[in-house]
Amino acid sequence: MKSLLFSLLLALAGPVWAGEAVSIGEDPVIEQRLVKLGEELRCLVCQNESLAGSHAELAEDLRREIRAQMKAGKNDQEVIEYLTTRYGDFVLYRPPFKPVTYLLWLGPLLFLGIGGGVWYVTLKKRRALENTPVDEQQLAAAAQLLDGKK
Amino acid sequence: MKRWLPLILFAVLVGFFAKGLFLNPREVPSPFIGKPAPAFTLPVVATANAYAKADFSPADMKGKVWLLNVWAPWCVSCRQEHGVLMAVAQSQSVLFVGLNWKDKDREAEQLLADHGSPYVAVPDDLSGKIGIDYGVTGTPETYVIDQAGIIRMKHIGPISPDVWKEKFEPKLKELGA
Repeated sequence: MKSLLFSLLLALAGPVWAGEAVSIGEDPVIEQRLVKLGEELRCLVCQNESLAGSHAELAEDLRREIRAQMKAGKNDQEVIEYLTTRYGDFVLYRPPFKPVTYLLWLGPLLFLGIGGGVWYVTLKKRRALENTPVDEQQLAAAAQLLDGKK
Repeated sequence: MKRWLPLILFAVLVGFFAKGLFLNPREVPSPFIGKPAPAFTLPVVATANAYAKADFSPADMKGKVWLLNVWAPWCVSCRQEHGVLMAVAQSQSVLFVGLNWKDKDREAEQLLADHGSPYVAVPDDLSGKIGIDYGVTGTPETYVIDQAGIIRMKHIGPISPDVWKEKFEPKLKELGA
């Protein structure tokens, strides 16, 4: 009984979850473009939310502005430019590849290279150790040491 | 040395994290520094120190160093800042222009009448579009604009007496205000 009640309550709770940010536009093509572009853009108020999913007022204003620009025939690149001239590259979740971001983009490769180098040197050292010839006398000394311990 | 290497690397990493922890994520570098302040023309809110014209445009301030303070009557930290701006406006000759951002309830005029106005003009940006043109993410934000209409500095967040002394005064002196 209790579990039935619980699952009933759970079922009721479903619609309580927040949905996607409401869209005000009507043109489905533009809406689709807006959502796709908006996912690549950062909401500047709640910085870890995308512009497409944010409920912040500024995000709504920006969506309205982007929608208007798309209706006016601007392509995605022009819309992105509109935003970056105002808010900088920070609005882009995918920072552009330019001198200040070289380290950001190439850093992982750099670290991979360093790791690979260390790995190579370590292996080389180990192989050199394995290939060192051992003479009879040393083996006998080792055996004696081991037996003596017994 | 070799034994200490991991510890040294760890310490460097902790150093980076510690630095990152104390950075303000709201302090987004403005792409406008060194660029001309975007032009606009907006009607002004009637205030105590009424502006001579019915419209305000940044071009009106040519030849002067001025501050564009983006504020709103509904913004709590702007109230904190208001007192600081009042004190500055009374003791120094600083030109504050207060962009009234998205004042949907039309409260700015009454508020400035009740608490005084530190502004020489209060352009009324009801739609918030001019704020967006300036890259405003949230009130209050303040821009320092020079004689040629170039944005020289941007401050995000309320101006405290310390911020005024340490950040604004040196900049204004440098610009010869």
